[in-house]
Amino acid sequence: MNLECKHVWEHISGYLDKELDPELLAAVERHLAGCEICSAVLDSTRNILVLTADDRTYELPVGYSERLHERLRAVVGGGG
Amino acid sequence: MITRVLAGETELFHELIRPYERLVYVTIFAILKNETEAEDGAQETIVSAFRNLKSFRGEAKFSTWLVTIAMNEARRRLRKAKTAAEDSLSEPTEDGERDFAPAVLTDWREIPLEALERKELKEKLREAVKALPEKYREVFVLRDIEELNQEETAAALGINVTLVKVRLHRARMMLQKMLVPYLKNEAPFRDQGRPFGSQGKPGGSQGKPGRGGFLRRWFQ
Repeated sequence: MNLECKHVWEHISGYLDKELDPELLAAVERHLAGCEICSAVLDSTRNILVLTADDRTYELPVGYSERLHERLRAVVGGGG
Repeated sequence: MITRVLAGETELFHELIRPYERLVYVTIFAILKNETEAEDGAQETIVSAFRNLKSFRGEAKFSTWLVTIAMNEARRRLRKAKTAAEDSLSEPTEDGERDFAPAVLTDWREIPLEALERKELKEKLREAVKALPEKYREVFVLRDIEELNQEETAAALGINVTLVKVRLHRARMMLQKMLVPYLKNEAPFRDQGRPFGSQGKPGGSQGKPGRGGFLRRWFQ
């Protein structure tokens, strides 16, 4: 199976999520090994996901937990 | 613990909810991108979870159940904030007359870890997520920020797994397109004589990171 770039792009997500079946995976990897453009698309997408999964990208506001439990105390009781 | 809360030890709810506080806030914030609204929404979600705890049957994970409530709260607040007209204009149809191809790069280098640490880049990412059409943003938030699996995401959003995959892929490609200019600017090691693309050779195992530890949360 030989893939063109636009077909590889359709499988970038599946590739990153390790969902491609073995035959398709082999074809995608073969293409990536020889295609700088698709390798760059893959790298850039992967970097975005790394950044997304970093806890520091979405930080909690200072005092969030305290305010939440204070509100909860009025509803459920307890010391929080 | 849920049983005990339901049996009357309501103050235990504080402890029950503690591990999920972040999940609830971030889900809503990523959708709304407004700290105050997100915090109000998170509080509403958690109070609502307590009031409706008896309807939690244990068929889904508690986290998925909570995320469903959080997502509904975020949607409700979003609806309030924008008009239906804006909504329909900004959202492409599912079959996509829209172009979901990624940005094609000609001088890409894998960006170094230090660049990913930069605050501005994180802010650009948050803005880009906010700019996604709602149905794509929802899936992206649950799958890639909250790291729910496909089935949990599908359950939380009331859609099927195939649609989760399609929307996630499109969301990622849209983000790639939006963020590439900033990622490129962050890459300091251009033109050092290495052939383009040589540093990030794929071709190993699927999705495997190019350097140890770099992609820890994603590929372990």
